[in-house]
Amino acid sequence: MTVTTKDAFRQKLVRSYGIFTGGFIVFTIVLLLLELFLGLPTAFIGWCFLLLTMGLYAVIGIISRTKILDEYYVAGRSVPGIFNGMATGADWMSAASFISMAGSLWLLGYDGLAYIMGWTGGYVLLALLFAPYIRKFGQYTIPDFVGARFGGNKARVVAAIAAIIVSFTYVTAQVTGVGVIMSRFVGVDYTWGVVIGLSGVLVCSFLGGMKAVTWTQVAQYIILIIAYLVPVIFLSIKLTGFPIPELSYGQALTNIQRLEQEQGIAKSYVTPYNEPMSNKSAVDSAKQIGLTPPEPKSIFPQGTGMPWEFMALTFCLMVGTAGLPHILIRFYTVPSVRESRTSVGWALFFIFLLYFTAPAYAAFSRWEILQNVVGQQVATLPSWAANWAKTGLLGITDLTTLEGADMTKLPAWASAKVASGDLVISDGNGDGIVQVAELSGKATEAPTATDGILQFPELDISADLIVLSTPEIAGLPYTIAALVAAGGLAAALSTADGLLVVIASAVAHDVFYRTLRPNASAETRMRLGKAMVLVAAACAALAAVPRLALIVQMVAWAFSLAAASFFPVVMTGIFWRRANGPGAIAGMIGGLAVTIFYMVMNYINPEFNVLGISHLSAGIFGVPVNFALIYVVSKLTAEPSAEMQHLVDTLRHPQEDDELMEQLLQKPMPSPAPASK
Amino acid sequence: MAQMTNVDRDRVEEVKTRLESYWQANIRIITILLIIWFAVAYVPPLFVNQLNQIVIAGFPLGYYMGSQGSLIVFVLEIFFYAWYMNKLDEDYGLVGIKR
Repeated sequence: MTVTTKDAFRQKLVRSYGIFTGGFIVFTIVLLLLELFLGLPTAFIGWCFLLLTMGLYAVIGIISRTKILDEYYVAGRSVPGIFNGMATGADWMSAASFISMAGSLWLLGYDGLAYIMGWTGGYVLLALLFAPYIRKFGQYTIPDFVGARFGGNKARVVAAIAAIIVSFTYVTAQVTGVGVIMSRFVGVDYTWGVVIGLSGVLVCSFLGGMKAVTWTQVAQYIILIIAYLVPVIFLSIKLTGFPIPELSYGQALTNIQRLEQEQGIAKSYVTPYNEPMSNKSAVDSAKQIGLTPPEPKSIFPQGTGMPWEFMALTFCLMVGTAGLPHILIRFYTVPSVRESRTSVGWALFFIFLLYFTAPAYAAFSRWEILQNVVGQQVATLPSWAANWAKTGLLGITDLTTLEGADMTKLPAWASAKVASGDLVISDGNGDGIVQVAELSGKATEAPTATDGILQFPELDISADLIVLSTPEIAGLPYTIAALVAAGGLAAALSTADGLLVVIASAVAHDVFYRTLRPNASAETRMRLGKAMVLVAAACAALAAVPRLALIVQMVAWAFSLAAASFFPVVMTGIFWRRANGPGAIAGMIGGLAVTIFYMVMNYINPEFNVLGISHLSAGIFGVPVNFALIYVVSKLTAEPSAEMQHLVDTLRHPQEDDELMEQLLQKPMPSPAPASK
Repeated sequence: MAQMTNVDRDRVEEVKTRLESYWQANIRIITILLIIWFAVAYVPPLFVNQLNQIVIAGFPLGYYMGSQGSLIVFVLEIFFYAWYMNKLDEDYGLVGIKR
């Protein structure tokens, strides 16, 4: 593309997405006014948002349909850096980031910041160590890179399998998220939610591949960031009178500490390492979809954690982020090496907008709950709390709430207490209805157990509550709650889109074309690519419908797996000329083996551990093992061919190599050599 | 480049050393930025309680570093690296060639 058509393309993009953003805001305001003045039913508003946003994605997907391989796999390498940044942001931020992360911060306090730092700090590694070189390499997939650099189909197939495992667990979790959001906000059955959501994903990725996925993700980013920021801005105005929540939640933190002292809550929100690192949010989301995963375990007594656990988790999340194939391939789609560098900056900036707002959500919500919910009469809670208590996301485990409950339909927390023998219900008068006077057992012995006043430990909060309840706490109409749901949906769909492309290309491109049938025609490859998108989507649906506990757990592990398999191989591939094929294969297999071994052993038996590091951070052992194996095995085997070393050299400077020598010879050094800079 | 004169050979050598010194400059800036990255991400978690004694605009500093401070540094680092490298490309005459 020449400079002028490139500029024209850019301007067209800015204009189109500008109109899109404006139109979306107008649509939201119109619905808001209709709700306020005509009293539209909430289900109708939910459907409006669902149909409008899914319709938009479908339109973009159909406009971007393509039959050109370069467009199908890497969006024609024409995506300007800033737009690729938005697409990467949407690709990256999943349903969990959008809905559960603020809740995890609420629950974990300082310890939850491992996720905030881990999932952003990884982009520094990506920018410094990977993105420009991946762009310079300029093929289609990450296994492509591993195959080309480490000379052979063996390394390529190992990488393709690792890419499929990591991406598939992740996509299944997204599809599950779509089902949950759909069933909550438009009231369709979970299974139907999965089917509708997946068809939304397919409309984009099937016809247009990476090209359609990219342009849809940009739109999805715009929707998700608006949906995330609006409620918390209003909440900030309501609580502090200042419209920038990221600056004003300091006030919330101060008030939280004061209220904690007044209420005698021992574990402070801003104090680190109160609890052993755990997969609490994964466990919570599992519970929410009706699963009973094992409770997090640790060798430490309750109430202590260690800084190195926190640091190990942060490290695994960072290195894993840089190693995730669906993020890495986004940097094939920009026009140049220079553009790839700024593009990572934009990607992190757009992600940062959400991640540095999440702690504000958590802090405001905690302030509100400590101020207006804890210490109040259970019978006179604020209306938002009473409403969410009905959904089960806000559990109030004060025994007086059992008054009048049906003996056969006790809430889950009460049944658990009965099962463990802490609570005994002797239905003295035999009416099948619980009266507080009929309760006995250990749970009733605490002086505050039956006083009817809500104590802090009597709250059982789901990670999803915080973001979902904020519109209501801020006193906003239902339209804003529906907007939040549309944002959560956009986050889940955009991530699922990107993952399906990775899975389809790993099978169709790396395994079929590169390894089995190198002579396949472009049409065959295209047809197979599309077929694989369908197959991957169908498999994801089948895996999501039974709601397996294993899937939720595996997502928490995906980062350690990506860290232990891809990161060292790609890094040494670029920065160490001497790394060779046998080293890379040994590294990937050894790194994965150690990581999986530690995960499984520690998960089954927490007594098995090193320095108390949990299975969530198992990658911390796999990464060095992978590096060590690459080093030792490469040193013991033959040095890579001259051709391979030449490939490494070409990766290291931003120019097309064939032309390089000739052109450089005609272009002397522009200024005195800035070697000592 | 079938028949190289001595002058050509010198130029090829010059280009090779130039590319090598470009790569060394790149490694140097990557190392510096990674040290900053490490310091921002992994040092404050060791001193959270001490840092929390300092409160700015309601934010205890230890908590702030984890929730915002380190993130801001990460974003700035990446944009700085992009700016620095794009300038380095120009200094070494590695731009202006197609793609």
